[in-house]
Amino acid sequence: MGSATPGADGLPAVRLTGITKRFGDLVANDGVDLDVGRGEVHALLGENGAGKTTLMRILYGLTSADAGAVEVDGRPVTIRSPKDAIAAGIGMVTQHFSLVRPMTVAENLALGRARGARLDLEAARRHAREASERYGIAVDPDARVGDLSVGEQQRVEILKALARDCRVLILDEPTAVLVPQEVDALFATLRRLIADGLAIVFISHKLGEVRAISHRVSVLRRGVLVGTAPGDTDEKELARMMVGRPTFGVSRPDPIAHAADEPAVLQVTGLSAAGAHGLPAVRDVSIAVRAGEIVGIAGVSGNGQTELVEVLTGMRRPTAGSATVGGTPIAGASPAAVMAAGLGRIPEDRHASLVLDLPVELNLVMERIADFTGPGGLDHAAIRRNAVELIARFRIKARPEDRVGTLSGGNIQKVLLARVLAREPRAIVIAQPTRGLDVGASEYVRGEILARRAAGAAILLVSEDLDELLTLSDRVVVLYEGRVVGEMPSEKADPERLGLLMAGREVAA
Amino acid sequence: MIDGSFLGDLASATFRNATPLVYGTAGETVTERSGVLNLGIEGTMYVGAFTGFAVAWWVGDPLIGLLAAIVAGLLAGAVMGFLTVTLGANQHVSGLGLTIGLIGLSELGNRLLLSGSELQKIQPFPQWNPLAGLGDIGLVFQQYGLTYAAFLLVAPATWWLIGRTPFGLSLRAVGENPEAADAAGISVARTRYAALMIGGALMAVGGAFLTLAVLGAFTLDIIAGRGWVCLALVIFGRWGIWRGVLGALIFAFVYSLGLRLQIMPGFDGIPRELMLALPYLAVIAALALSGRNAPYPGAYLKPYRRS
Ligand SMILES: Nc1ncnc2c1ncn2[C@@H]1O[C@H](COP(=O)(O)OP(=O)(O)OP(=O)(O)O)[C@@H](O)[C@H]1O
Ligand SMILES: [Mg+2]
Repeated sequence: MGSATPGADGLPAVRLTGITKRFGDLVANDGVDLDVGRGEVHALLGENGAGKTTLMRILYGLTSADAGAVEVDGRPVTIRSPKDAIAAGIGMVTQHFSLVRPMTVAENLALGRARGARLDLEAARRHAREASERYGIAVDPDARVGDLSVGEQQRVEILKALARDCRVLILDEPTAVLVPQEVDALFATLRRLIADGLAIVFISHKLGEVRAISHRVSVLRRGVLVGTAPGDTDEKELARMMVGRPTFGVSRPDPIAHAADEPAVLQVTGLSAAGAHGLPAVRDVSIAVRAGEIVGIAGVSGNGQTELVEVLTGMRRPTAGSATVGGTPIAGASPAAVMAAGLGRIPEDRHASLVLDLPVELNLVMERIADFTGPGGLDHAAIRRNAVELIARFRIKARPEDRVGTLSGGNIQKVLLARVLAREPRAIVIAQPTRGLDVGASEYVRGEILARRAAGAAILLVSEDLDELLTLSDRVVVLYEGRVVGEMPSEKADPERLGLLMAGREVAA
Repeated sequence: MIDGSFLGDLASATFRNATPLVYGTAGETVTERSGVLNLGIEGTMYVGAFTGFAVAWWVGDPLIGLLAAIVAGLLAGAVMGFLTVTLGANQHVSGLGLTIGLIGLSELGNRLLLSGSELQKIQPFPQWNPLAGLGDIGLVFQQYGLTYAAFLLVAPATWWLIGRTPFGLSLRAVGENPEAADAAGISVARTRYAALMIGGALMAVGGAFLTLAVLGAFTLDIIAGRGWVCLALVIFGRWGIWRGVLGALIFAFVYSLGLRLQIMPGFDGIPRELMLALPYLAVIAALALSGRNAPYPGAYLKPYRRS
């Protein structure tokens, strides 16, 4: 793909005209026009907070527009709720999972579809299995969604939309949580779908992906559609359209020389832990991270990374082994004790790490409220100063008093990063740091991580973005089924080799 | 004194006293599974008791009274829906306000319609006793139709509704993650209204059981905190109906036992107040033991509004 081939028959399946949406005095969408043809993948690009999600939520009826019109197959439609959108043949995979966690995969797929007096769970299960086979997306119909890794949950989300036989499919950052192999599988599915005449809106911050799959690319900047370009426009040009200036990649400076006997700052020894249902998820893992070093963890999601991070951040008890920061044991300690030992934690589930109903400024001081408490209670002036400073430093697109829940996906991530990195921890455990961030912001965050490394922090980095992992890490450790199956300096690691190790095909010496 | 007839009578009383609690708990469980806490339960039971009685007294048929109580419960649920779903008001305040309002209305109605020199009475629902021939054991089965319905119809139907119907699936989704339900094309508002109205009807029947079956009369403070007990039983039941029913039986057992021990020779040294407090202490103990890590519905107390 990547060529400017028009859709199968050139007819727009859906056309948006003059969509405008204000939140208070913020204009999230400003007179946006967009059309998607049958058999076309139309990518939507833009920095964090540019208004991509808002535009698509309007099309799916989750947000109501202040002005503008929607046409489906040339006919004007009024979309007041997702129900109307579904009836018009529109399906959406939202940026933040809209799955019911205590329910099984089959039940989630049956949501809103089941009719009549009896809920036929067997039929729901069968339907889930069929859809899973038809679209080549592997899921276990009987698994409880809350027990699945984010990558697996994303698969369920996509399947949920596809299983409704929609004609227009909106995918809001579907690949943010997928590993490269999963992205390939998803793209294969999407190609089959457009061959069937589906119209697809694809939102992603990964320009390579956008070029690989889209026919056309539209770019939003601060709510305004600044242009539509052919899908094979080169990455530099796309990035320039997005941010209005050229961008540059980051590169890791030379490693810091370590004496052979220098003690590690973060030392993990023989660590094991159980995952959901008490099955072993982390098995006898040993990793040492020295000051000024970044160790990357590679692995397909669901191979113990989540549980490892949970143990190290005080959210899960280990079943065996130990972990220390600067000699202080942290495995099995409370999150407060872990932080007191000097560990900064950036877990992958953002929504569980922030209080969405509280303003940005309070979320930013959440981990060190004591520092902001005066004799008369919370020192609001200091809290506000801290927020203003971090918002500027991390370029968060928000005001101190905004509730975190109203921020765009990428900006939520920045709030979390700012909170942790501002404390200058001596060791940092960080999972998927740039997931959902735009090009400029990713670059910035990677720069911040490298700055912490230069300042002597020991950093354990878990990322499903292999390029990122190889760029940032001094050493890479591969996890497969909870075990360390390989460890190498990143100069010696190439994506193919890592891919084999991650798939459990080869065990490095 | 603890002989066969004592035990048979105690078991019979346990089921009878558990009956209003089973209705209330079933109603509150359905409501809370949709993410709405209905503190209007006490008032809804009260208005059910009053409306049921007043209409039965007026028409002379307890069955018509029961239907009237159901209508009153549906309305009470709809009012709660208007406050918490349509207006998005705070659930605690709305529920307490509803309880206070409904009790006030019932007492006003009572004063206008029924109060006179003597207590008004109706011919209550009769008891059934299909196993009268079995003696003391048969005593257990000497119950009102509404008691049979509570255990044999309402409890299994509630279980079926929540776990085995498309409505139940929507209900659980709305209570856990209304955004997901909305995105799946389920109307959050309609589901919550439905849950509140079904729940309200069940609560009202629980109240009406006292006036239409047990007493055949309406007296002030007739519900006497049973609605609050149901709230605790829902938590004890972990939002599942069967554990809720079990809780209702335990409470009713301790309550019935306390009443009987008061008049037993040898137990008169125990203060009456302690006997009366016993079932409530049991609830507190049960909650303390089972309330930890309670699996509250994810959207508990949260109004839902699209942006
Ligand atoms: N419900 C809301 N209330 C107030 N502001 C909102 C609300 N929803 C979105 N916004 C604001 O609208 C702007 C656009 O947000 P949107 O989520 O559409 O961005 P986005 O382009 O999807 O960004 P990202 O790439 O980070 O996901 C942001 O500034 C966001 O804070
Ligand atoms: Mg977004």
